[in-house]
Amino acid sequence: MTEPIIKLENIHKSYGKDEILKGINLEVREGEVVVIIGPSGTGKSTLLRCINLLTMPDRGRVWVDGVEITDPKVDINKARRHIGFVFQDFNLFNHLTALGNVTIGLKLVLGMKAGAAKEKGEFELARVGLQDKAGLYPGQLSGGQKQRVAIARALAMDPRVMLFDEPTSALDPELIGEVLEVMQKLAREGMTMVCVTHEMGFAREVASRIVFMERGVIVEEGTPEEMFLRPRFDRTREFLGKISELYGKHQSG
Amino acid sequence: MEEIFTGLLPYLLAGLGVTLAVTLIALSLGFVIGLGLAILRVYGGIFAARVIALYTLLIRALPHILMLLIMFFVIASIVNLSPFWAGSLSLAIISGAYQTEIFRGAIQSVGVGQMMAARTLGMTRTQAIFYIILPQALRLAIPGWSNEAAIIVKDSSLVYVLGVPEILRRAQYYSARTYEPFTAFIAVAAIYFVLTFLTNRGLSALERRLKIPGL
Repeated sequence: MTEPIIKLENIHKSYGKDEILKGINLEVREGEVVVIIGPSGTGKSTLLRCINLLTMPDRGRVWVDGVEITDPKVDINKARRHIGFVFQDFNLFNHLTALGNVTIGLKLVLGMKAGAAKEKGEFELARVGLQDKAGLYPGQLSGGQKQRVAIARALAMDPRVMLFDEPTSALDPELIGEVLEVMQKLAREGMTMVCVTHEMGFAREVASRIVFMERGVIVEEGTPEEMFLRPRFDRTREFLGKISELYGKHQSG
Repeated sequence: MEEIFTGLLPYLLAGLGVTLAVTLIALSLGFVIGLGLAILRVYGGIFAARVIALYTLLIRALPHILMLLIMFFVIASIVNLSPFWAGSLSLAIISGAYQTEIFRGAIQSVGVGQMMAARTLGMTRTQAIFYIILPQALRLAIPGWSNEAAIIVKDSSLVYVLGVPEILRRAQYYSARTYEPFTAFIAVAAIYFVLTFLTNRGLSALERRLKIPGL
């Protein structure tokens, strides 16, 4: 059995008196696509942010690629280079072009020369179908295009794993498809992915595993088939039923 | 009439260098103070934030002319400071306080998501501040900063209380000598107007040039 790429052990996080995460354990193996679902305010995004320590857990340990990144001796900036993160609201750098967004990490963090960075940046933009938008600024792109640039920006760093925090929730319905398509392609190419999403069509088709979280704990996890067809808990069934009804309509299926 | 062009204007314009020097020193040094302190105020932790908040509060609570007098008569009695430098440095310290607030507001209006996105790529906080936050914040700061620049152009006249021969001081000498306060002060008013006008025009042009497409 190979070592998991991500291993979370007993993760706890509180904000003030609210305990958001109550001891989460999770392992993700190479090439897996793990989809985290659950009601809002359940701690899904917080959990995702604990994987690259954008949020520091109060307790518990995180391993990425065999390195315990919660170890204070570990340089977190170095560890983050190879953990791609995609935000709900894109967070593209507004003062940089699409290409500038993709290359700034290459130049600044990986120390790549301008020419090589440009070449790599153009390759990554082509990968998300935006080679002809390289010179445009975020303000000149649609939501779906922005999110694809954000994915290209993360991919350029050659991540070992990609984390997606509700990547389609801020998009108009007609723009969701183009982003999901890119994510599906990534999954097919064997990228290890952890996605927080309400897109049940995506979860059903692409996930190797679905994790259902509620009130800071993992209630149940299993393959899409197990989760959709024979969940062990009523809560899981109830939630999946409700969410599929709500979000199922605009999905390719 | 001829006297205006042969006597008054050359006499006033000889002080223009002083006015410009005081303005430039106050604004540029104030820029360094303001930007530095704004960064510290936002990212430097609670202790730095408190100390800097106290500085900006204190400076903004005092009449500028009083600050100049304190700097000159209290501080210049301890260290050797010419009236020109006492005036310019006081104005820099005053402007620094206002500029701190201008840059703090600009930095804070760049969304927190920008910092987060930079850190997820593996940038250090310092890299994120200098390559992601400041390029956006400085653009946002231009309108507020042009306002401050216009104020400092005019406040440079305050150094006249320390006896620095800038244009207002010279206008006063001139009117005392010729008993023509009207011509002297109107001429000085025109000079300030031109300076302020050019400053604002220049900064507006800069703002347009640096505008981010699509925003």
